[in-house]
Amino acid sequence: MRLINQNTESELSRVRSILDTVTDPEIPALTINEMGILRGIEIKDNTVIVTITPTYSGCPAIDHITDDITKVLAEHDYPSTRVALVLSPAWTTDWMSDEAKEKLRKYGIAPPCKTSLLDDSQEDPNITVIVACPNCCSFNTKLVSHFGSTACKSFWQCADCLEPFDYFKPI
Amino acid sequence: MNTSPAPSKSDLFKYTLRQADNSMVLCQRLCQWAARGPDLEEDISLTNIGLDLIGQARSLYQYSASLCDQQVNEDDLAFMRDSHEWSNLLLVEQPNGDFADTIARQYLYDAWHLLFLEQLTESNDTTLAAIAAKSIKEVKYHNRHSSMWIKRLGDGTEVSHQRMQDAIAAVWPFTAEMFIPDELDQRMLEFGTGVDLKALKHTWDSQVSSLLVDATLSKPVAGEAIVGGRQGQHAEYLGDLLEEMQSLPRSMPNHQW
Repeated sequence: MRLINQNTESELSRVRSILDTVTDPEIPALTINEMGILRGIEIKDNTVIVTITPTYSGCPAIDHITDDITKVLAEHDYPSTRVALVLSPAWTTDWMSDEAKEKLRKYGIAPPCKTSLLDDSQEDPNITVIVACPNCCSFNTKLVSHFGSTACKSFWQCADCLEPFDYFKPI
Repeated sequence: MNTSPAPSKSDLFKYTLRQADNSMVLCQRLCQWAARGPDLEEDISLTNIGLDLIGQARSLYQYSASLCDQQVNEDDLAFMRDSHEWSNLLLVEQPNGDFADTIARQYLYDAWHLLFLEQLTESNDTTLAAIAAKSIKEVKYHNRHSSMWIKRLGDGTEVSHQRMQDAIAAVWPFTAEMFIPDELDQRMLEFGTGVDLKALKHTWDSQVSSLLVDATLSKPVAGEAIVGGRQGQHAEYLGDLLEEMQSLPRSMPNHQW
């Protein structure tokens, strides 16, 4: 077995680049790092400790992601991996970079707005949020349902190109 | 006088289990709507809310299991306890009824749940505070959704208005229990770990009243409170729900996928 360098910058950055191949199974356009799910990497006693956080409490993707991390690291000569799950600080869509949001849009999902734009006193997020259609960029869109194909999305329709689309809910 | 700086492990276990049971039972009720929703979008909405709730329940059951004297895991707590060992609020076990009944139950609970979680984020127990901070983001969306339906049905047609009004009246007696602390609630509050249930009442009342006005619905007159859920005194509704939910793990114990 290869002796893994403890916590050196080169070893950690190697692990980081391997983990850059792990995507969210429900949104394969984004890596777990771009999603903000990956919270930390540490190497201790030849074990890679990867810390991740779930997007939503009930997100079924988190078990997949845990398996994928262990598998891909094993394939790259890191046989011992521990995936730690943390809840705090709670995941927020604000952790997605602008590049990540642009990738989402190109994938057909309207990216989340900044959570600071949400007004909690409004019961209907429609009032404060205008969502651009990811297909034709029109702002002439309407909310069809608060809940969509996965826990993290609501369901919208564009009144110009008529395409239905998912909006990644800001949380 | 209790001078211990933190609640006992068994108190913390019971307190966490209560919150887990609320989420689990309401989740199971909502999932009974799968393939029965009034339209496809609503089918997806109710089950998505259920998905958030089961995620929250899992976090709470995992934490409860870690506090339990016996060697148990989250599945044992969800699937191996009988009705009298469940400590959920009576409100969440009420049958689905028609869509108005489900929305009335959901809204009155969501409005309370949101206030409860806001306070729980201030708990000196860091795990409970973290679960609350995570859950609250999800419950805001639940509350938006159920509020929207209360208004839409209340201020809708004559029929939808009447059915929404009847639905609110039918579950109303079960709401009082959410604000009546028992000895455990009292101890947890004194330690700075639990929520001050009595203090939630005023805000809940004013929020619910204002939404009901918007929805052209009238607020039922407070009658006699129906309580007992946290002490394990449930109607047969819960037994039926658990029988269905627990049948597989009980008929095939220790089986793995």
